[in-house]
Amino acid sequence: MGREGAVIAQLLPEFTKLHPDIEVRIQQLPWTAAHQKLLTAFAGEATPDLCQLGNTWIPEFVALKALEPLDQSLARSTAVQASDYFPGIWDTNIIGGTLYGVPWYIDTRLLFYRRDLLAQAGFAEPPRTWAEWSRMLAAIKALVGPERYGVLLPLNEFDTLLVLSIQQPEPLLRADGRYGNFRSAGFHRALGFYREIFQRQWAPPVDSTQISNVWNELGRGYFSFYISGPWNIGEFTRRLPPQQQDTWMTAPMPGPDGPGASIAGGASLVIFRRSRHKAEAWLLLEFLSSPQTQKRFYQLTGDLPPRRSTWRAPELAGNLYARAFREQLERVKPQPKVPEWERIVTDMRLMAERVVHGDLSVEEGARDLDREVDAVLQKRRWLLDRGLTP
Amino acid sequence: MRVGHAGWAFAAPALLIITVFFFVPVLSALIVSLTDFDLYALADIRNLRFVGLDNYRQLLHAPQFWRAVANTGYFVAVGVPLSLAASLASALLVNSRLAYCSAFFRTALFAPVVTTLVAVAVVWRYLLHTRYGLINYALAHVGIHPIDWLGDPHWALPAIILLAVWKNFGYNMVIFMAALHSIPVDLYEAARLDGASRWQEFGRITLPMLRPTLLLVSILTVAGYFQLFAEPYVMTQGGPLQSTVSVLYFMYEEGFKWWNLGSASAVAFLLFLMILAVTALQVRLARDAQAR
Repeated sequence: MGREGAVIAQLLPEFTKLHPDIEVRIQQLPWTAAHQKLLTAFAGEATPDLCQLGNTWIPEFVALKALEPLDQSLARSTAVQASDYFPGIWDTNIIGGTLYGVPWYIDTRLLFYRRDLLAQAGFAEPPRTWAEWSRMLAAIKALVGPERYGVLLPLNEFDTLLVLSIQQPEPLLRADGRYGNFRSAGFHRALGFYREIFQRQWAPPVDSTQISNVWNELGRGYFSFYISGPWNIGEFTRRLPPQQQDTWMTAPMPGPDGPGASIAGGASLVIFRRSRHKAEAWLLLEFLSSPQTQKRFYQLTGDLPPRRSTWRAPELAGNLYARAFREQLERVKPQPKVPEWERIVTDMRLMAERVVHGDLSVEEGARDLDREVDAVLQKRRWLLDRGLTP
Repeated sequence: MRVGHAGWAFAAPALLIITVFFFVPVLSALIVSLTDFDLYALADIRNLRFVGLDNYRQLLHAPQFWRAVANTGYFVAVGVPLSLAASLASALLVNSRLAYCSAFFRTALFAPVVTTLVAVAVVWRYLLHTRYGLINYALAHVGIHPIDWLGDPHWALPAIILLAVWKNFGYNMVIFMAALHSIPVDLYEAARLDGASRWQEFGRITLPMLRPTLLLVSILTVAGYFQLFAEPYVMTQGGPLQSTVSVLYFMYEEGFKWWNLGSASAVAFLLFLMILAVTALQVRLARDAQAR
């Protein structure tokens, strides 16, 4: 999919050299259409053998009974070692105790920030707690004035609020994903902090479509913190002029009271149940998961590998900007594994937008969201109560 | 009797196509709208439940659905008159005997109808940009502060209306021009001999003669505007604050984003009923006006 789909063609000649009897055909999909097309392929019984799948989509395709369990292949394999993977990422592939995918690359969210502006505001180190972060945001706001801001949190993206709420001790759904748990004290804390950032005008209340070029705007100091993922290491390196290269840096997410967790995103490799070439698909999966292939994959795409042993390669260990990601990866948490999750986070984003806009209080927002989520999960409860596995 | 058979034989191909591509899908959508067809049912058809009118009941109690209805109502109520006025005015201008190069203007004004919406949207997003957009630049010259067109929930739908009217008025303009051509010139000559003013000519001759066309055009436009989808899809994705979610956009999200096909089919039927009701009202009003 996307860039990965284009790059994989360069990795394959080596695989066909090792296994001349296996012919691999690649089908590329754009990310925006991939989810739809895979569902349609499932309905039309035309699923591929091996496929890249966003790890938050796995519960949905497991619910469709479309994916092949991989536990047995893993037990026999020497090339894929579960213990070598970051545990938070590995866990996203396990649904109801069964393994359905092997992580291919990881994606998480953390801070990109302007070192020079932070230093001007009087801070030498990036924040580790919410309290430190608040003090920095306030100081930066005082420094840059009303036209500029401390942090950019686009209102049409749910990532930041999701990260803040996943840092809380309480789970986001309760009773085995039967009900929403947004009435918890932890979610109130996360939503309250999120709203405060906008209320104090530390962040502009805008959509990402209204910021035509985030890289330029960070360079100009329109905001000093930006929460984003690994692909932006490459973008900032490419798009900011050379004299600005030492003004930006990455840092792990601050937490409520110490270094915080972030989301365990990324893509996995899965094998479809209808495949007639499962053994061959597993061989290709092993090839793509080997540290050597992952290192080349990183060089070609900038996608961060999910295995600790790949991270020891000098290309990665030497990348200053990737260091924060290496640290963050030890503290990533999977999102609730229910097929309805995509809809739930979308509802959460819409609610948060209204809270930021002042239409709802934090309590009302959390209560409304819980009610909506309970309605969304109604069918899941019905299935669970009848002893069916959704 | 034989003549009847022949008639059916001639109509059969068309009837067959209408049955296969219209009646069967509509009927199956009606049945689906009475079930909770979703992702779980796609996995295993035994997970499908017949829920009667529950989908409809839930929709009628969902604030998000009413929000979509209100947005669509606003769009139709403001967009249709604006669009008709723009079409009629431009048809009169192009049709005027004083108009220069009317063939050129006819083509130019029709051009937006045949351009791709996606390309148009890219240009319009630049025009409407808060800090760098041409529209705000022009407004600044008359002393109006920059408007956050696509980011402010109060302005996003007006911006979409502006785009939709600009994109569509050329189509109705062509229909109006054809109708204007068919008004006999001697009516105007007679009126002028009697000393009628321009406005009287327009009110007493042009408008009454255009009445059937007006009815047709307004029914087509209302039905089309109720099905607002592509403009918010490419411009705002329903945001900000759900202010540009139309009924059809709501249905698309229910059906193809969340795979609640049961609920999405129910939305489709409610939309159908709405369009039917408004069109019936229009025909009724037109008939009453004619009777007077």
